[in-house]
Amino acid sequence: MRRVYLDNNATTPVLPEVLEAMQSYFGEHFGNASSIHHHGQETRAAVERARESVAALVGCRASEIVFTSGGTEGDNLAIFGLLNSLSNKAGHHVITSTIEHHAVLNSCKHLEAAGGEVTYVPVDGRGQVDPDDVRRALRPNTRLITIMMANNETGVLQPVEAIGKVAAAADLYFHTDAVQAAGKVALDVKRIGCDLLSISGHKMHAPQGVGALYVRKGTILRPMLLGGSHERSRRAGTENVPGIVALGKAAELAQQAFARGDLERMSAQRDRLEQTILGEVEATGLNGKGAPRVPNTASICFDYIEGEALVIALDLKGLAVSTGAACSSGAIEPSHVLTAMGLSPERARGSLRFSLGKQNAAEDVDFALELVPQTVARLRELSPIFHRAAVNS
Amino acid sequence: MTTAKTIAVAMSGGVDSSTVAAILRAEGHQVVGLTMQLWNQRRLAGHEGMPESVQGRCCSLDDVYDARRVAETIGIPYYVVNHQDRFERDVVRPFVEQYLSGRTPIPCSLCNNHLKFDQLLVVAQQIGADVLATGHYARLEFDEQLERWLLMRPTDRSKDQTYFLFGLTQDQLSRTRFPLGGMTKPEVRELARQHGLALAQKPDSQEICFVPGGDYKAFLDAYLSEQGQAPPDTAGELVTSDGQIVGEHRGIHNFTVGQRKGLGLATGSPLYVIQINGDTRQVMVGKQEELYSRTLRAHRINLITVEDLQQPMRVLVKIRHRHEGAPAWIERSGDDEILVSFDEPQRAVTPGQAAVFYDDHVVVGGGWIA
Repeated sequence: MRRVYLDNNATTPVLPEVLEAMQSYFGEHFGNASSIHHHGQETRAAVERARESVAALVGCRASEIVFTSGGTEGDNLAIFGLLNSLSNKAGHHVITSTIEHHAVLNSCKHLEAAGGEVTYVPVDGRGQVDPDDVRRALRPNTRLITIMMANNETGVLQPVEAIGKVAAAADLYFHTDAVQAAGKVALDVKRIGCDLLSISGHKMHAPQGVGALYVRKGTILRPMLLGGSHERSRRAGTENVPGIVALGKAAELAQQAFARGDLERMSAQRDRLEQTILGEVEATGLNGKGAPRVPNTASICFDYIEGEALVIALDLKGLAVSTGAACSSGAIEPSHVLTAMGLSPERARGSLRFSLGKQNAAEDVDFALELVPQTVARLRELSPIFHRAAVNS
Repeated sequence: MTTAKTIAVAMSGGVDSSTVAAILRAEGHQVVGLTMQLWNQRRLAGHEGMPESVQGRCCSLDDVYDARRVAETIGIPYYVVNHQDRFERDVVRPFVEQYLSGRTPIPCSLCNNHLKFDQLLVVAQQIGADVLATGHYARLEFDEQLERWLLMRPTDRSKDQTYFLFGLTQDQLSRTRFPLGGMTKPEVRELARQHGLALAQKPDSQEICFVPGGDYKAFLDAYLSEQGQAPPDTAGELVTSDGQIVGEHRGIHNFTVGQRKGLGLATGSPLYVIQINGDTRQVMVGKQEELYSRTLRAHRINLITVEDLQQPMRVLVKIRHRHEGAPAWIERSGDDEILVSFDEPQRAVTPGQAAVFYDDHVVVGGGWIA
């Protein structure tokens, strides 16, 4: 069966160039980067080259990059590493948003349970945070603002530069989860004005299990993992050399892709996908309409449809897309992001996320355009709600 | 030889439904495994009367893991579908409300009627499956003469689950398959072993899936506390059948008809719960003899072998899952009501349970005991 993968916000395939770059670090160049001998020197050099590539991607110095195991660790290290380093332990206040990834949301819930205070700033109907809301949420004991750069479900870009100015004016730390932005839009930590920024390898065609956290020079983090003095004592543990090399290569490829205009082409395919569906299928809507978005994501709501059934029906025909976020059993929960944007639980459940990757060709979009309208039509035929609505209209 | 179809299998992670998937796959059908996520066990952890970590069976990650492994072993696509909202609305809340009004509910039948053979059937259809197969022990047959689908007791009478399936409509039955109806449990385990399923010796589940350890009282307290409700005060009097007040009780949900223990009464002869009155909160107690009734009324009727009950019919009636069935006449006594008249008085007819009518091995229909 032909299979087309349009769920690149969940994870991306490792690009052939990336795989090639990392391959020799499993066997041939296997040294521990902390070892003083030849083998260690070889891998140390590779790790530091990768650090420079990642630094170039986000616009910082190499020494400001800490390699992690991925986005979740980066978010945790940013939030807890920072707050735990503050001398005055009690009653810190953190500002975040209602549409963050669970790595940030559940970290904030943990802070609350431990006696801290958290403000969850809402989003508008387009899925964007208002920087003025962030400003209004400031308190004397606010220590950190953590707001994502691009949302994983809608692809909507947040006004991080304006939020960075709010943080700077109040002399606060600002962390942004840029996991879904890296490789899709240009990142520049100076322009954003953030002190901490997390990215994940597997969302940008490097493998799962590697990520990076930008830590602005002078920002003191208390490590979460205790052990050796790796990563300038900010993250103990022997470096994941193949993963780090892969992340470095993926960062280089991302830069080249920007320069070549690949993202404009991806954006055109995404637009063709969503415009055709919105035009051909009745009772549909674009989530995040009118807001700036990353070029690969389209979140479309189909009225009178259970997104869960649609995802399964499409998967059985070879198209991989997603809806909401999966819980531990693999069942789909109504998206907190879409409900925060004001969608009813029904419409949130009837929403599908299409996300393109570098490996996708125009034929993949054609395949989706062939399958989606007919599958939606068949599901609606079997939907009691759709028939009631048709009678009433 | 049956023609190849697309069949959805409701997979619980147990031996029975896993074997169903393996059998259908081996027959050459296109099989899709589905597991319903119905309840989050961790939800009530730490609430009134519940331990900090709750180890219940329902929708546990272990069961999903087992089902997923089976799907992988036999090579079929597998999905978990979330029906938690509907389960809470149609099964858990009624379960709680029934107990609080002095009845003894059967959540499994509600789950069959509202979830498995309703929601899941819709999902099955939507993903392109012609029918839904489950691991229930029951048989199905289309009767050409009656032009109706018939639900029948399985070969393995000790595993008979027809009591919980009486509510299925003709439409639901027509889109359902029970491949284990002609097998015994040991045969099913042997088949599971032959198909290389690691869980061939997994023990059967017995309890109500969402009530950990079968302690429904603790569940009620925890659920109400989670909902921010104080358990309603249903305390009242213990009375005898001639109206004499003989004591007090702390809430009607602590009782079920036929119960002997926990009455808090010291009397010479053993006393039993005869009746629970939700309005007056009185619990009537009495001697063993008083537990017997010759008639009952069943509501919310579903008939399978006939469209309507035109005249009295001679049947065997089961009034609880483990009841062997008693000969009786059934006749229509109201709009959606049937009067059951037993030949011999039956012990502990319990409101909230089902009365299921059988003609030999065929399920005629049933209703809920008023």
